[in-house]
Amino acid sequence: MVSYIVRRFLMTIPVLLGVSILAFSLIHMIPGDPARSMLGSKANEEQLMQLREELRLNDPYIAQYGSFLGDLTTGDLGTSVKSKEPVAEELQNRLPATVELSLFAMLLATVIGVLAGVIAAVKQYSWFDNLSMTGALLGVSIPIFWLGLMMIWLFSVKLQWLPASGRLSTGTELETITNFFLLDSILTLNWEAFSDAFVHLLMPGIALGTIPMAIIARMTRSSMLEVMNQDYIRTADAKGLASYLVVFQHALKNAFLPVLTVIGLQFGFLLGGAVLTETIFSWPGVGRYVLQSILGRDYPVVQGTILVIAIMFVFVNLLTDIMYKFIDPRISFD
Amino acid sequence: MEQEPILSVSNLHTQFHTKSGIVKAVDGVSFDIRPGETLGIVGESGSGKSITAMSIMRLIKDPGKIAKGDIMFKGESLLSKSNREMRAIRGDRISMVFQDPMTSLNPVFTVEKQMVETIRAHRNVSKKQAVDRAVELLDLVGIPSARSRLKSYPHEFSGGMRQRVMIALALSCDPEVLIADEPTTALDVTIQAQILELLQRLQKELGMAIIMITHDLGVVAEVCERVMVMYAGKPVEFAHVHELFDHPKHPYTWGLIGSIPKIVKEKVRLEPIQGLPPDLRALPKGCSFAPRCKHAMDQCLEVDPALLEESDNHHVRCLLYEEKEKVVTS
Ligand SMILES: Nc1ncnc2c1ncn2[C@@H]1O[C@H](COP(=O)(O)OP(=O)(O)OP(=O)(O)O)[C@@H](O)[C@H]1O
Ligand code: SF4
Ligand SMILES: [Mg+2]
Repeated sequence: MVSYIVRRFLMTIPVLLGVSILAFSLIHMIPGDPARSMLGSKANEEQLMQLREELRLNDPYIAQYGSFLGDLTTGDLGTSVKSKEPVAEELQNRLPATVELSLFAMLLATVIGVLAGVIAAVKQYSWFDNLSMTGALLGVSIPIFWLGLMMIWLFSVKLQWLPASGRLSTGTELETITNFFLLDSILTLNWEAFSDAFVHLLMPGIALGTIPMAIIARMTRSSMLEVMNQDYIRTADAKGLASYLVVFQHALKNAFLPVLTVIGLQFGFLLGGAVLTETIFSWPGVGRYVLQSILGRDYPVVQGTILVIAIMFVFVNLLTDIMYKFIDPRISFD
Repeated sequence: MEQEPILSVSNLHTQFHTKSGIVKAVDGVSFDIRPGETLGIVGESGSGKSITAMSIMRLIKDPGKIAKGDIMFKGESLLSKSNREMRAIRGDRISMVFQDPMTSLNPVFTVEKQMVETIRAHRNVSKKQAVDRAVELLDLVGIPSARSRLKSYPHEFSGGMRQRVMIALALSCDPEVLIADEPTTALDVTIQAQILELLQRLQKELGMAIIMITHDLGVVAEVCERVMVMYAGKPVEFAHVHELFDHPKHPYTWGLIGSIPKIVKEKVRLEPIQGLPPDLRALPKGCSFAPRCKHAMDQCLEVDPALLEESDNHHVRCLLYEEKEKVVTS
């Protein structure tokens, strides 16, 4: 097992190199002069020269890539053209916000999706099955911004139950350690901040989690239906096991493998796809940051952010693979 | 003096209500089995053997249901038991071994977990006691170095060993009735013989009744005392095993016996029964076997024969044996 993890880990190195090449080439894929495109038409020749110098655009590609990689290994993701702030510093604050939101959305999606899928499969063609699968069908096709705006209108404007934006209410104090607010409030035993951070997570979490929840529910249902017909389920029944053991242990553990793949993929997409949700709910995360920098043609920021998101995607995949192994003993260790 | 039957099935009808009609998978099956006895159920694929077994276990799932008849176990009707009472019986008093040991064990759990959970579902014992019992059972079914094999997953065993694990699992709680549904069909010949021998040895040691389901008359000849031959959901012949082989009475049984490869003077004779079993949703009027029967008479297409006692303890469902005048008048 350990050797498998190590090997699988090493296998990510070429992938990461590929990702870094892609992120690096981004700036060179812009048609025309990258410096002019970033600074706009009003910039004079001197400013352009200076930016080219800063971004080392005059060096040969290989040398540029070399120094790009060299910077990466020291944790330098470049510097924003607009704010002149280092990208790494900005991400340090924003990445935890996005990851916290994505984790919360994924947890919601997984727990509810799997539960609904299992019940729908066990009670196939029941009202619950029909209702939840219709819901799931709607769920995958619902536009996030519409759902987000409707929730804000209902729960924030009309009912005034939930906050519409941000991670904490103004006035709530929280000493940040990891920048994961739920975690930080637990670490500092600050329950007021915990519940405040939690209610701020609810609506963006639901908005972001709806599509994966729907996909997970459908995947769980079809996977469970298949597994429930397997001979070993008949054996489990014939042994006189309680139904909940048959369903939630014997069937679900087998049915979970394809679901796990979906969860891993969806989680990767969430990390990158939080742009809309973060914009609607003014969530100070990576998504909004990258959107702003794309609109503002702040390419070093786009480069650095994409790189980080891609790296997280790779590691979520790695984690999924390792979990796969824990669940299914038949997968060989080679 | 004969003992009381431990299990009696009477006039069992199990049907599947499908979109294209009612499938009469089991259509009037009756038999008794006594402690220590081995009863064989034979018949072609689709004749209702497994559904009979699953009905006894009350494991028939939608859209199937037991439409008629009764199943008495130690004097109590299994059909009137609650789901909870039935769960307490399954795997404890009546247990089952299935055909395909490759797929009948859960691939993602160790053998230990699968055995221990069965024992603890029925016995109030500690984890450690259950593990000890599991080791004892694996020993009993002849799995070498039992204690260390407990931690293995099913895919780490060969087919024959896996079937031994299945048998150990079925024996966890000293069942009084063991239903073996084609326990050797998926195994190769030498392993088949070993498994049958094992079952016979265990039966002698533990005294349980065995219902041996098979489509292999060779298996029947080897292990069974009495045999029920099924065709299209109905028993067509029921007799002691020697009587059945020496004096088969039903044309379908003739066909079955004819279809065992017989090596007579180096000449292999193989006579499969021509034709296919009937559609269980639309059984022909008269005898179900008539379309394939070489001895069919006119009235076979009109009259559905009853299962009658032709000679001592030898029952047959065929118009050839019904009294002439009865056939003519009906
Ligand atoms: N879920 C179901 N829906 C409809 N018909 C079914 C269903 N399950 C079984 N049957 C029908 O019941 C009949 C009897 O099936 P059964 O499994 O008892 O046959 P069998 O004698 O055990 O055959 P085999 O030797 O192939 O195991 C078959 O014709 C089958 O088509
Ligand atoms: S009743 Fe007629 S058709 Fe049926 S088995 Fe006997 S002879 Fe053949
Ligand atoms: Mg069968």
